[in-house]
Amino acid sequence: MGKYIEDGLTAYRMKAKSEKISVPRPHRIKPLNLERGIEWLLKLSAAIAILAIVLITVFIFARGIPLIFKTGLIDFIFNLKWSPSHGSYGIATMLVGSLVITLSSLIWAVPLGILSAIFMAEVAPSRIGNLLGRLVELLAGIPSVVFGFFGLIVIVPFIRSHLGGNGMSVLAGAIILGIMILPTIISISRDSILTVPKEYKEGSLALGATHIQSISGVILPAARSGIITAVVLGMGRAIGETMAVVMVTGNSTIIPGSILSPVRTMTSNIVLEMGYAAGDHQAALFATGAVLFIFIVILNLVVSFSIKAGKNYAN
Amino acid sequence: MLTNNTREKLIKAFLWLSGLIIVAILFIIIAYIAIKGVSAINLDFILEAPRRAGKEGGIWTTIVSTVYLTLVSLLIAVPIGVGSAIHLEEYALRRSWFANLVNLTAETLAGIPSIVFGLFGFVFFVIFLQMGWSIISGSLTMAIMILPTITRTAQEAILAVPAEYRENSLALGASKWQTISRVVLPSAVPGIITGIILSIGRAVGETAALILTAGSSLGMPGGLLDPARTMSVHLYILAMEGISMDRAFGTAFLIIVLIVIINYLANLSLCRMSQVSRQI
Amino acid sequence: MKYLKLKSENIKVFYKDFQALYDVNMDIQEKRVTALIGPSGCGKSTFLRTINRLNELIEGTRTEGQIYLDEEPIYEKDRDVVGLRRKVGMVFQKPSVFPMSIYENVAYGPRIHGIKDRNRLSEIVERSLKAANLWNEISDRLNSPAARLSGGQQQRLVIARVLAVEPEVILMDEPASALDPISTSRLEDLIGELKKNYTIVIVTHNMQQAARISDYTGFFLNGHLVEFSRTDELFVNPRDKRTEDYITGRFG
Ligand SMILES: Nc1ncnc2c1ncn2[C@@H]1O[C@H](COP(=O)(O)OP(=O)(O)OP(=O)(O)O)[C@@H](O)[C@H]1O
Ligand SMILES: [Mg+2]
Repeated sequence: MGKYIEDGLTAYRMKAKSEKISVPRPHRIKPLNLERGIEWLLKLSAAIAILAIVLITVFIFARGIPLIFKTGLIDFIFNLKWSPSHGSYGIATMLVGSLVITLSSLIWAVPLGILSAIFMAEVAPSRIGNLLGRLVELLAGIPSVVFGFFGLIVIVPFIRSHLGGNGMSVLAGAIILGIMILPTIISISRDSILTVPKEYKEGSLALGATHIQSISGVILPAARSGIITAVVLGMGRAIGETMAVVMVTGNSTIIPGSILSPVRTMTSNIVLEMGYAAGDHQAALFATGAVLFIFIVILNLVVSFSIKAGKNYAN
Repeated sequence: MLTNNTREKLIKAFLWLSGLIIVAILFIIIAYIAIKGVSAINLDFILEAPRRAGKEGGIWTTIVSTVYLTLVSLLIAVPIGVGSAIHLEEYALRRSWFANLVNLTAETLAGIPSIVFGLFGFVFFVIFLQMGWSIISGSLTMAIMILPTITRTAQEAILAVPAEYRENSLALGASKWQTISRVVLPSAVPGIITGIILSIGRAVGETAALILTAGSSLGMPGGLLDPARTMSVHLYILAMEGISMDRAFGTAFLIIVLIVIINYLANLSLCRMSQVSRQI
Repeated sequence: MKYLKLKSENIKVFYKDFQALYDVNMDIQEKRVTALIGPSGCGKSTFLRTINRLNELIEGTRTEGQIYLDEEPIYEKDRDVVGLRRKVGMVFQKPSVFPMSIYENVAYGPRIHGIKDRNRLSEIVERSLKAANLWNEISDRLNSPAARLSGGQQQRLVIARVLAVEPEVILMDEPASALDPISTSRLEDLIGELKKNYTIVIVTHNMQQAARISDYTGFFLNGHLVEFSRTDELFVNPRDKRTEDYITGRFG
């Protein structure tokens, strides 16, 4: 009896045989169709991002390139005359404008950003560092149009009354844009400083270096590629920024002579004229967008290159 | 030795100063707009429709448009973003060319300036697909803009779900999709919500892309094909055309309040996320 | 009368280029405890995971040979893996409860296998928790998060979760390694109970434990099954020199 129970399955089979019941066999079914369907659906949704970028490239270039062919690439980029009513489409002024605004915002925002990243990661007590981190996130969340508005009602009048000119200027743009790219620079630099292995710093301190010496001699070099990434991404954000810049820079199509003169960037030009542009004029704005697009893609490539270089450096 | 010590102290003081400057910048911007804006705000300002191009009345229609546009873009982007995150983390082989391409694309999309999205939305949705300046054109454009954020945060959240959950579920005889839908995704929800909250922030603040795709009509949007003006676009037009600085301040203040709330919620859900992963 | 529940035939497993198992042949009897012992990295877990085809989830693994469950080959092109895993439950080294309530953890398996009726689910949950010797301790807080249970309770919860799918074989991979001595002895008692109804294959690093609870023991070394026989024979009278060295602690 004991054996019989012990051998339940065999017994069951024997019983099944004598009574001609069909023995349950492990069922063999094909993988469910539902599973397959879902798998394809998911893959499809992943493909949408690719589709989007292809469409963006194709449509912007298709709308812009013919005009560049018409005017000639050299003329489009180096001609200083932007005068749609005369059929003259040179974006050199705006190209210079974008570069001037971007560089002048980087000049102050990069040092301040890196310094405060060092402060948050190394010097401040961790509670303060974290609080600051949150504030920086908040700063990152404030929309461009609010920055632009603040610039328009505070910075521009300030410049007008203290430094002269009408206030709408390269300087106003550089100040506002600098504030806007600070979060990008700070948070990426801070992260890369925080991921430097503790042993580096300890090793340096153990050799008798001071805290500051360890930071400048060991930590910053180890975080170098992250900091470069931060600066390049900040630069990308500055070049592409539109609303804040358009609200504070006066938007005259001239090459700025001083930091107090007005300036027009490529992005401002698009948003200001898109509303009424048609035909070649509109195409020229799309061509400007294409130039912007190429800039950003190049910056992205620089970033992935510097990240790779950083990895090699770490090894 | 002493000089070395003073130098050390000086530099540290300098670093403290730089931290302080950051706080000051944020504080000044928010305080200034809050002080000037809070007096413009009352129930009428929020609940009344704008009159005379916004010179009078409130901003109700722009609030509705903002919510409408945000919701529709989330409705489009969340399933696609979460879906592709699931594909990348659960189905795609590491280093497959397709996964690499999708990741690269997401990175590139994240770096493209709003104005370029605006140009694309204009030529593709507004003109080519003949949707005109409308909620749907704006939302579709917005959806592409927030797709990288949603995908990335969902990816991170899915990645943070311990591998043991999957093994245990599969060892119990669950199919792959059952495992994902019943164990992996529920654990990843806080992360997905973080992505959604961050995207809402982006949608509320977006201006350049929406001017070119949703238009700037002040009317109350009825259907998906109606044009609409969001709060941020409204702020831009009020300020740039000098229509009413009072109302511009009020609008800016409301936007900042929204952003602060969104930021707080995002932090909250991030905390939840790390708590969940600590529990494990 | 013995019934051959599982039979492994020339099992080879590769992780990419690395061969983790070499021609493992093993007969596993029904309603017996079979213990797998051997030094770390010798392939015990790998072998265990070939039995419910869990290894193939790892990218780049390849399995050759065949395993028969109830005389049915499991490595076959259109074999229903889900059904296989339902019959062959697994308890892992680290108890991993799902981030749900105790009740939901146990009900998970039956639910995915299509049981919706609430009464029936409750019944299964209660029966499984009782069988895993956990019911008395937690019956009053079935709806509290499972993560709050102690390590030993979590391990028994995981066993209850496996029992709830009504498997025929239970694989256990060092189930006691994270437990204190008291929880361990309770687990061993539980295994003694379970073997009345289930076929159990258990990996353990603890040779006393293997000797205490198992009927058969297999000794693995560097991916080879060096010796496999009745536990009393293997520990008292090992046939292979390497087995002897290992069980007497003279190894390496
Ligand atoms: N995913 C994997 N990829 C590559 N090699 C693996 C993988 N898993 C296991 N191995 C290798 O296969 C061999 C057997 O591993 P296995 O986990 O089966 O050993 P084990 O006997 O269970 O060891 P332990 O007692 O430490 O758990 C080891 O050399 C291990 O390094
Ligand atoms: Mg193991």
